[in-house]
Amino acid sequence: MKNKVLLNMGNQEEQLNALSDIRNMMDRSSRFISLSGLSGIFAGLTALIGAYIAHGELKKYIKGEYGYGVDADVEIEANLFKLGICVLLIAIAGGFLFTLRQSKKKNIRFWDKTAKNLLVNLAIPLAAGGFFIIFLLVNHPNSFGLIAPSCLLFYGLALINASKYTYSDIRFLGICEVILGLIAMFYIGYGLYFWAFGFGILHVFYGLIMYFKYERAK
Amino acid sequence: MNNPIEALNKIFDSRIRLGVMSILIVNDSVSFNELKQLLELTDGNLASHLNTLEQAEYLKVQKAFIGKKTNTTYIITDLGKLSFKAHLDALEKMIKGI
Repeated sequence: MKNKVLLNMGNQEEQLNALSDIRNMMDRSSRFISLSGLSGIFAGLTALIGAYIAHGELKKYIKGEYGYGVDADVEIEANLFKLGICVLLIAIAGGFLFTLRQSKKKNIRFWDKTAKNLLVNLAIPLAAGGFFIIFLLVNHPNSFGLIAPSCLLFYGLALINASKYTYSDIRFLGICEVILGLIAMFYIGYGLYFWAFGFGILHVFYGLIMYFKYERAK
Repeated sequence: MNNPIEALNKIFDSRIRLGVMSILIVNDSVSFNELKQLLELTDGNLASHLNTLEQAEYLKVQKAFIGKKTNTTYIITDLGKLSFKAHLDALEKMIKGI
């Protein structure tokens, strides 16, 4: 009798191990799991610093300290555009490095089918949004107020789309960005604050959650 | 009381075959090299297990050429999906039952 109980317990352990193996294989083969929470934190901090600098520039513009010899509107636009590109590049580079580090730590290949799936599915809504915003600015003067809501909305949709190919937590972050983008439509002119909250604070917050959930413990 | 182990599929006794099926059920098609990397196996070892699964008609093999290299990909069949799901159900029942 005692032997039978022991046998059953051993068997149960074995079956539980088999189940955890199955789960591990399903995740590893279909989801990109090297995404690091630190990437999110870094991207968020970069966005916050960028937003702070942009805020300062806009203050100068409003005070009339812009446009010596050139059109002030053109100059602030060019400066903010350059700033935006810098923030984007720094955030992507940082995200890339932290994620590379994470994949080395987990001893899995960085570039595989899951990484490709994640990038392609992130890129489709993101590219659509990018073109939408560029065409909006080119064809509709005075549409600057719509930049922040459109950025948040398309970015949120991109995250929701990509969440099937990485940690599913990203899906909820995407939903938050979409909701934030919709709310921002009611507060045109305060776009920078919504932008800073969506790309800065939400990223830092989510990065911390991911870091403690998937990295710290292991 | 009937024996709960009876419902478990003999073909899935092997961890490797179980791993292959777990990967195939969540992916449209997976290449030999991808399977090899994910399961950390040698060519010969993986090939013999894939053969067993193919003979049971749990997976389909597709051979294609990328340039001059052959690229073999594997796709789960409907029978494979059903059997794998039945095996998981049996595992679950067993764990809950004990």
